Amino acid sequence: MLLQMLSKKKKSCPNRVQDKKESEEGRLKELLELYWAFFQVGIMTFGGGYAMLPMLQRVVVNEKKWATEEEIMDYYAIGQVTPGVIAVNTATFIGYKQKNILGGIFATFGVVSPSLLIIMALAGIIGQFSDLAVVQHAFNGIRIVVCALVAKAVIGMIKKGVKDILTLLICIAAFVAVGIFQVSPIPLVIICCLLGILTKGGEVRKQ
Amino acid sequence: MMEFLILYIEFFKAGLFAVGGGLATLPFLKAMIGTHTWFTAEELTNMIAISESTPGPMGVNMATFAGFHAGGVIGSLIATLGLISPSIIIIIIVSKILDKFRSSKTVQNAFYALRPASAGLIIGAMFDVFLMALFNLDYWKVDMVKFFNVPAILIFIGACVCIWKWDKVHPICFIIAGAVLGVVFGL
Repeated sequence: MLLQMLSKKKKSCPNRVQDKKESEEGRLKELLELYWAFFQVGIMTFGGGYAMLPMLQRVVVNEKKWATEEEIMDYYAIGQVTPGVIAVNTATFIGYKQKNILGGIFATFGVVSPSLLIIMALAGIIGQFSDLAVVQHAFNGIRIVVCALVAKAVIGMIKKGVKDILTLLICIAAFVAVGIFQVSPIPLVIICCLLGILTKGGEVRKQ
Repeated sequence: MMEFLILYIEFFKAGLFAVGGGLATLPFLKAMIGTHTWFTAEELTNMIAISESTPGPMGVNMATFAGFHAGGVIGSLIATLGLISPSIIIIIIVSKILDKFRSSKTVQNAFYALRPASAGLIIGAMFDVFLMALFNLDYWKVDMVKFFNVPAILIFIGACVCIWKWDKVHPICFIIAGAVLGVVFGL
């Protein structure tokens, strides 16, 4: 309907205005293309941000040719070393490179849309059944498996992050502060950030 | 209205300070339990299971789910918007100074300390969930035999062995197995 109206308008417009209309239409189309591409990436990403890489390569590199393989790895690395969800960071980055700030916003909304739709539907359904004894037993069982899954993820993180005595102490201190003394994680993140910069730990390790 | 503003700010903070992706948002969600009544520690663990079993990046799933508990559909939208706002702002700034940022010693140094901290924070956030899942805490020092939740501990050990052995198998398979065992043992 909207497209029909737009095309009718286009016919009656003089040339210069027509060009402008067409470029605006093209722009919107490109933004929607970004949204849809990242919608697909979002729906195929199960679990953490690491799961998105193969899908990102297929859609962004092979199909759309928005970036090369190397660029994707770079953007992904930046997504990891900036705060926030890796998948969101990577989507914002590619969208921004492609179509500036609006592109970044469209790509980001694309990657989060499937989560919003699916989780909202599920949350509504689960709320209805959570009082049933069977559902509670099932979730008690699931909770144990989640503990094991988290343990595996954390051990992977420790292998990557704990390199010497200082990093070991940081890891233990963060655990004790949050797990036992219930301290807010925000000041801890800020302190660790400063600690890393002041001790220049990243440089020592490289030499 | 005020409640939604607080929701937005809380998830904005989580998005701004959670470094390392995936479970990194977990400690921040855990901290919300102490100050807000949006969800309980048990519901948070259920959230992890649901986030792992559904498509979409985990941090976003967790924000959507937590937001839904806090304030329905609008709560979901606001929490997710809060979580992604800092990303959009930071990435746009970083992409302007990309080359400097990538080779920056300061960034490397900061991450040298942030990586182990992120791991420690997640262990801290899961600590009491872990205790609750594997032990009957009410029996501590009262009845040490009943204190150990034997079927739960056995399932945990079994789950660890399986997860490490078949690391290509999707987590959803283990989660379904956990649900079945939970019903069978009447946990």
